[in-house]
Amino acid sequence: MNDRTIGRAGFLGILGVGAVGLFLAKDATGLLDRAIPSSLSAVVPTSGWRIYTVGSSMPTYDPATYRLDVTGLVGSPVSYTLADLKAMPRAEQVSEFHCVTGWSVIGVRWAGVRIADLLAAAGAKSNVAALRFVSAESPYDDSLTLQQALLPDVMLAYEMDGEPISRPHGAPVRLVMPQMYGYKSVKWVNRIELGATVVPGYWEQNGYDADAWLGNSNGFSS
Amino acid sequence: MASLPEPALPDAPLTTPKPAARIKRFTVTERVLHWMHASAFLALLATGMILYLPALSTLISRRQLVRGVHLWVALAWAVALLVILVVGNRTRLAEDWREIETIDRDDRRWLRGRKAPQGRFNAGQKINALLTIAFALLFALSGFFLWLGERDHRFIFAGTGTVHDALTFVSIGLLVGHLYLALIHPSTRHALRGMTTGEVDEAWAQTHHAKWVEAERTSSLS
Repeated sequence: MNDRTIGRAGFLGILGVGAVGLFLAKDATGLLDRAIPSSLSAVVPTSGWRIYTVGSSMPTYDPATYRLDVTGLVGSPVSYTLADLKAMPRAEQVSEFHCVTGWSVIGVRWAGVRIADLLAAAGAKSNVAALRFVSAESPYDDSLTLQQALLPDVMLAYEMDGEPISRPHGAPVRLVMPQMYGYKSVKWVNRIELGATVVPGYWEQNGYDADAWLGNSNGFSS
Repeated sequence: MASLPEPALPDAPLTTPKPAARIKRFTVTERVLHWMHASAFLALLATGMILYLPALSTLISRRQLVRGVHLWVALAWAVALLVILVVGNRTRLAEDWREIETIDRDDRRWLRGRKAPQGRFNAGQKINALLTIAFALLFALSGFFLWLGERDHRFIFAGTGTVHDALTFVSIGLLVGHLYLALIHPSTRHALRGMTTGEVDEAWAQTHHAKWVEAERTSSLS
């Protein structure tokens, strides 16, 4: 190796490692968690969560005035307070959260209401085939088919990791749909429209799949 | 009159000091390239931090707008780079590259902490430059796939985000070191003059870049 190739080899080596890393590197947030002092973990997303908001500001909610409206194919539109939701049968689960952009959070503890219990309480009509979850973060919305929404690990959650859901995570209630990429798990839900057909949501209008099964949609194949 | 010695005034110097000799270190092309890259990097770092850090992304929100600015700055950087490569002093840039990728015996001794005469770039500057160029290309490559992956999901790779993030962390370290040496450290901060005016004091260059000054003298004699 002469003097000149040492620098060039180093340069090309870094390029090569970086290019290979595109395909091989895994989400490194766990590594980051160990590498970064805990005082910084509030700043750098070491917990694994990243907060993506598309609206002009992150929604705030007032416990006194918050209502979840259930509209569409119901006997008559109903409106629930957070206390009303908490009075419904409580469900708990631990599930994974995978973002379509490549990061994941494992072992998230959720508590909330199963969609079946919510539909029963609201008096949903028998011809409901799709649910559209509308976020307080305009213009975000997304939909599930009834069949998808009734999967045993889907819930409208009001607690995460033992605490009331925080503002960045969708306070006071968010959808949790662990078997699909995170953009289906609408945050800051304040209205659920019951309909006969699936309405393309915010990200579907931006080219993402409506049936966002993990590893089997959006170009991923299992 | 002229032959008579002038009365020596106690406070006056015997000879008027010559203005410090200057030596040309960077051409306009090199300086434009440096400052173009620096400003693009800072703009990309600022918008990137808003996209990446939850504390900032929840404060600023408007993810699509911030992402748009980030993308357009990146595109402007690429166009500016091409323009500089086309209309700039390519002979000089090629010479820079040849010097930067040559890590000679003196450089290797210098890197081990020994005293060794350095060329126009010292070994640390060469490594910084090699890393900066390699990182710029990898930032562009991983950023391109982050962008393309959103449009065509076949191009979502496992490590794209991790590579882009890791480059950011290491680059911030390089930037902090670079700013310290260029602005604060007493014996090196004179180098900033070279990147603003293009010239440095010859005496300073003799101390820090002896081989370069020697080569300049030889070439100006021939």
